[in-house]
Amino acid sequence: MLHIRLGEYLETFIEAAAEKGEPFFDAVSVSIETIVKSFQKLLYWPEPMVMIIFFTILSYCVIARKKGLLNKKGLKSAWGMSVFTFLGMSLLYNLGLWEDTLQTLALVITSTLIALIIGIPLGIAASRHDCLEKVVKPVLDLMQTLPAFVYLIPAILFFSVGDVPGVVATVVFALPPAVRLTNLGIRGVQEDVIEASKAFGATEQQLLIKVQIPLALPTIMAGINQVIMLALSMVVIASMVGAGGLGERVYTGILQADIGLGFEAGLGIVIIAIFLDRITQSFGMRKDR
Amino acid sequence: MPKIVVKNIEKIFGNQIDKARSMFEQDISKNEILEKTGCAIGVFDASFEVYEGEKLVIMGLSGSGKSTLVRCINRLHEPTRGTVTVDGVNVRELSNEELCTFRQQKFGMVFQHFALLPHRTILENAAFGLELQKIDRDERYRKAEKALQVVKLEGWENVYPEQLSGGMQQRVGLARALAVDTDILLMDEAFSALDPLIRAEMQDELLQIEELKKKAVVFITHDLDEALKIGDRIILMKDGKIVQTGTPKDILKKPATRYVERFVEKVDMSKIVTAEDAMVPVGTVVYPGEEPKNILEKMDKNNVSYLPVVDKKGMLRGIVARDDIKNKIKGKRDKSIIIKPDSYVFAPETPLKSMLSSIAVLDSPAVVVNKSGIIKGTISEKSIVAALADAENKKYLEKHATH
Repeated sequence: MLHIRLGEYLETFIEAAAEKGEPFFDAVSVSIETIVKSFQKLLYWPEPMVMIIFFTILSYCVIARKKGLLNKKGLKSAWGMSVFTFLGMSLLYNLGLWEDTLQTLALVITSTLIALIIGIPLGIAASRHDCLEKVVKPVLDLMQTLPAFVYLIPAILFFSVGDVPGVVATVVFALPPAVRLTNLGIRGVQEDVIEASKAFGATEQQLLIKVQIPLALPTIMAGINQVIMLALSMVVIASMVGAGGLGERVYTGILQADIGLGFEAGLGIVIIAIFLDRITQSFGMRKDR
Repeated sequence: MPKIVVKNIEKIFGNQIDKARSMFEQDISKNEILEKTGCAIGVFDASFEVYEGEKLVIMGLSGSGKSTLVRCINRLHEPTRGTVTVDGVNVRELSNEELCTFRQQKFGMVFQHFALLPHRTILENAAFGLELQKIDRDERYRKAEKALQVVKLEGWENVYPEQLSGGMQQRVGLARALAVDTDILLMDEAFSALDPLIRAEMQDELLQIEELKKKAVVFITHDLDEALKIGDRIILMKDGKIVQTGTPKDILKKPATRYVERFVEKVDMSKIVTAEDAMVPVGTVVYPGEEPKNILEKMDKNNVSYLPVVDKKGMLRGIVARDDIKNKIKGKRDKSIIIKPDSYVFAPETPLKSMLSSIAVLDSPAVVVNKSGIIKGTISEKSIVAALADAENKKYLEKHATH
């Protein structure tokens, strides 16, 4: 019987690609490294307490602005969120996890940014061309269902170990919702509004910028929220290829069977997750009027 | 020269257009064509013209192709055959970019379900067409504000569409189309989604908008009453074909087919019969300064209790009542006996329906007077009933004569 040596073929292909494309991958590697390092520097720069207060005020302002300051319920949820942020972040500082927290934040922000820079234009393109959508969909399915560990291996081959392969693996894992929800949002814009815009002479570009994207924005924002959440869920897995931060602490906890360390770092991830989720979710909502 | 010339326009949706066309020419029903070829017949061989300053109503039941037809004019639907010429330009030959510019310059459009942008304020919505034309901010807001004034929405500039009622949202839709100040206005079932009271109000206002009087308006509706009220001319459509084109009176008095008749049957005749139809042409009149005795004699002769007073040119001065004359003769009263014309004077083209309530409270007869004040005739309860009965009769006779 004929054996298909799929694994072997893929390995040969990836090794060849890694070798041939070395200058390219090096360039990518350097740029991602630079972005992560700059975010880290920016976040490390102020005193931890100053940073915590900044995050607290940020969460208050963002939520209050969206939910409406005059509205009692909005005010309450803004207060609740800022109290949570302050207590949660202070706890992380107290546990000595502050640097790891910021590093995780830097990794998440970098991966999210890259995923959005690729994902949103791709989603817009897919919404305008049915054939592109047909090609992109199965690829996205593959990206989402293939166990995340599997593409850690080629990531190491291309980018060796450290933060960079972690970011790359995270981008691959977190990208699909950005594409999907952008596509969905734009396709979901009411047909009659589009027709009206065309009737008044809107060009394709005007239609996209003035009508489709603004109306799809809540859906696109939900996509961005999902990207962030998926990126965060990758931090532990990414630490297996050498990415730092809270994920690395959890991973150490697993390796050393250190329940306490694993739990503390895990709690840290949860706190950041809630913080990022609430803030980005409120971006997705329409202004309360 | 007509503003819009539509010639042999055809729109068939689907892939087997030629097959569907030949089937339709053989009088096979639309449903059967859809089943066999997957093609839907939108419009078939429609030709008409729209002139400047005219309100053309395209009317038909849903599925008759009226919305498709109007969309063929600005190519929101690409016609499969025929030509559309607007101001001498063949619309079908325009490239995509040219078409965008052409739509910006020539067409304003109002939609059944308003189609406003929910994330923009009323002012921004009204200015949308101008924004697409890249007109600078201050100017487009100024023009949009003016358009909002025309539709009586001043003061609502900074709220969002969802905060307005349906009628007000449609005013915004209308303002958006007026703000671009194009020569042509396309209105696709603009008032069909509104409740009857608001709808009648909007119809009245539409007819009064000064800016519209110079434009070519194409108005689509499925409601005959609306068509009769708004249209200078009406096109009736059925199953994608035009069955009759004519003025409202043509359509009512000479329905071309059984289909048109069935529409017309339901019409409230009091909206069609005008003051001119219902009046008794003026016969005996009195002149200012005539002897009371003389006037009484004239009244007795004609067996009436009122007579119009006119000057030598035939201008109406008022009317006199028998009782007042009698009092004058007995010397009880010495006031002027002429009742001044105010509430009882109507223009010849006033529909009966809108006069009825004011006539009901009058003691004196109503008088029909043309634009220059010359008396045309008088209207009494008796003449109204006679005119209505006459109109109904004509309808009945014509219906049975055609079978």
